[in-house]
Amino acid sequence: MDPIEQTIKDFILESYLLGADPSQLTADTPLITGGILDSLATVQLSLFLEQHFHVEIAPHETATDYLDTIALIGQLVRSKLPS
Amino acid sequence: MTQSLLDFLTASAARRPDHVAVEALPTGALTYRELDRLSDRVRDRLRQMGVRRGDRVGVYARKSIDAYAAMLGAMKAGAAYVPVDYAAPAWRSAFILSDCAVRVVVLEASLTAGWREEAAKLGEVPPLIELAESGDGSHLAAALTALDEAAGVAPVGDDEPVGLDDLAYILYTSGSTGKPKGVMLSHRNAVSYVDWCSDVFAPRDDDRFSSHAPFHFDLSILDLYVPLKHGATVVLIAADQGKEPAGLAALIAERRLTVWYSTPTILTMLAQYGKMERYGYDALRFVFFAGEVFPVKHLRALQQRLPGPRYFNLYGPTETNVCTYHEIPAAIDESRTQPFPIGRCCEQFTSRVVDEEGVDVAHGAEGELVMAGPGVLVGYWNLPERTAQAFFVDTAGTQWYRTGDLVTEDGGGVFTYVGRRDRMVKRRGYRIELGEVESGLYKHPDVKEAAVVAFKDADGGVRLKAFLSSNGSPLSVITLKQFCAKVLPAYMSPDVFGFVDALPKTSTDKVDYQRLAEMG
Repeated sequence: MDPIEQTIKDFILESYLLGADPSQLTADTPLITGGILDSLATVQLSLFLEQHFHVEIAPHETATDYLDTIALIGQLVRSKLPS
Repeated sequence: MTQSLLDFLTASAARRPDHVAVEALPTGALTYRELDRLSDRVRDRLRQMGVRRGDRVGVYARKSIDAYAAMLGAMKAGAAYVPVDYAAPAWRSAFILSDCAVRVVVLEASLTAGWREEAAKLGEVPPLIELAESGDGSHLAAALTALDEAAGVAPVGDDEPVGLDDLAYILYTSGSTGKPKGVMLSHRNAVSYVDWCSDVFAPRDDDRFSSHAPFHFDLSILDLYVPLKHGATVVLIAADQGKEPAGLAALIAERRLTVWYSTPTILTMLAQYGKMERYGYDALRFVFFAGEVFPVKHLRALQQRLPGPRYFNLYGPTETNVCTYHEIPAAIDESRTQPFPIGRCCEQFTSRVVDEEGVDVAHGAEGELVMAGPGVLVGYWNLPERTAQAFFVDTAGTQWYRTGDLVTEDGGGVFTYVGRRDRMVKRRGYRIELGEVESGLYKHPDVKEAAVVAFKDADGGVRLKAFLSSNGSPLSVITLKQFCAKVLPAYMSPDVFGFVDALPKTSTDKVDYQRLAEMG
C-alpha cells in the first residue's frame, strides 16, 4: 500500500471500523458494496479527500466506480494530484 | 367532495392537460394528459390480470415516472399499491410482497431473479409486469405494449369507483419482531392530509415540488399528491442522486424547485457538503423537514446558506403521516441550542397527552402523544393484535392512536418531543426497530447473542452499537459489516460493534439494556 492508500485506510478504520483488525482491510476490500461505507460515510470520505489531498471530487465521483475500494480511491486521488 | 386521490388526477388532467405533471432526472417528463393515459393503461392491464377492488399491487422499482404511473394505475384499478424498497435485501422485499398477498407485481427486470428465488420460498409467485428499466415512463409503456401483443389488448374500462374508505397504499415499516409490518392507509387518510397541506401552505399551480424520499416512505405522499391536486409539477430525485449533496445543491437551483421536503440528515449534508454558495435559490419558497430531530446547530447553518424560504418542522409517524407542525422563525436565535418543538396539532386531528392508562397527564407533564381524526391509519396488515395495541377507546367512544412518542405540551398547544416509549429509533430519518436489527444479527452463524443500543453522537444524530457474544469463533467487524449489508437494509447496519463474553442480564434473565447503555 502506498502512502496515499495508507492515509485513506487509516481514515476509514478510525471513522467507520472501530475495533476492526486492520489486516482485514485490504486495498481490494469492497467498501460501499461491502456495507462498510454508507451514503453519509461516502460523502464524508470525499470531503476528507478534498481537504487532506487538496483535490476536488466531482459529484459523480462519489459513486461505487470510484470509491468502492482503497485501491480505486487511491487511483482517483493520484489522477487529481499535480504530477 | 373528493372521494379519492384519483379525483386530484382527474381534475388536474382536465384543467391543465398540457402542464408537466412529473419530471425525471436527468431527462423525461409527462404532462397531466400523458400521466393520466399511461396510468389508464396500467389500470386496464391490471384488471385483465385479475386485479379487483380491494386487492394489492406491488411496485418494486427504482423511483421513476414508471413507478409513479404504476402506483396511480393500481389505485385506478381499485387496488392499494405497495411500494417496495429497491435497495433492500431481496428476502425483505419478497416477504413484504408475500405478506400482503399482492395480486400483481410491477418490477424491474434486474430484480426479477433475486426476488423470484426468495418469493418461491414463501409460496405462490404472483404474475409480473416486468420493466426492462425505469426512468421516464417509456419502460412501463413498452412493457404494457409487449403484454398487449402477447396477451391481447386489455379492454379499456373506467376507473374503479373507489371511496374514501378503500385502501390507497400500504407502507411497510420496521417491525420489532424482525419482520416489517404493513401500515394500511386509506384514501381518506391521504386526502385529509393533502387537503390540510393545501390549507396551510397554499400551493400554486406553478410550484415545483421535490420528491426526495423514496416512494415507500410516507414523505412521498406530500411530494406526489399535493402537486397532483394543484396541477403543479413534481421532480423525482433518484436514490443515488438523493444521497449526493453537491449534485443535489445544483439540481435544486437548476430545476428551480419551489418546495423541498426531506429529512434533516439530507439538509445537513447539503449545508455542510453541498457547496451551496455556488448557486442561487430564489425560486425556493418552502423547506419542509421530517423524520427525526434537526439539531439546531445544523438548522441554523442551513438557514444562513439558504435564507429565502419558510421552514417547517413536520412531525408524525407513518401511521398518521404529518400530525403536528411548527414553523421555524426566519432567524434562529444565536443562543438557542434546544431543538425546535414538533409544534401544534394539525387541524384535521385532535390530540391528547396521556399516561399508560390513557388518562390525561397534568398540563406540561411528560406523556404519550395520542391522535384521533381522519388521518389515523386503518390498521396493520394482517396483524389484528398489533392493531388493537396501537389504539385505545376513551369513555366518549373516540378511538385514539398511540404514537409511542413521549412529549410535553407548553400550555399553548405546542408539543415538544422528549423520546420514545419503546425500542424504536429514528436514524437519518429512517424508522428502525432495534429488535429488527438484532434479528438480522442473529442470522449470522457465529453470533450467539445480540443486543443493539442507540446512542446520541456529538452532532445530535443516532449511532447504533451492537453488543455481540460469539458461539466460539471470533467475530470480525469487517465480516459483520459485510454480513449486515446482505441481511439488513443499509440504514439498519450498526455503526459500532462491541464484543462481550456474554450479554449482561437482569434479575429476570432478560438482556440488561440499561447496563449496555452505561457500558457505552
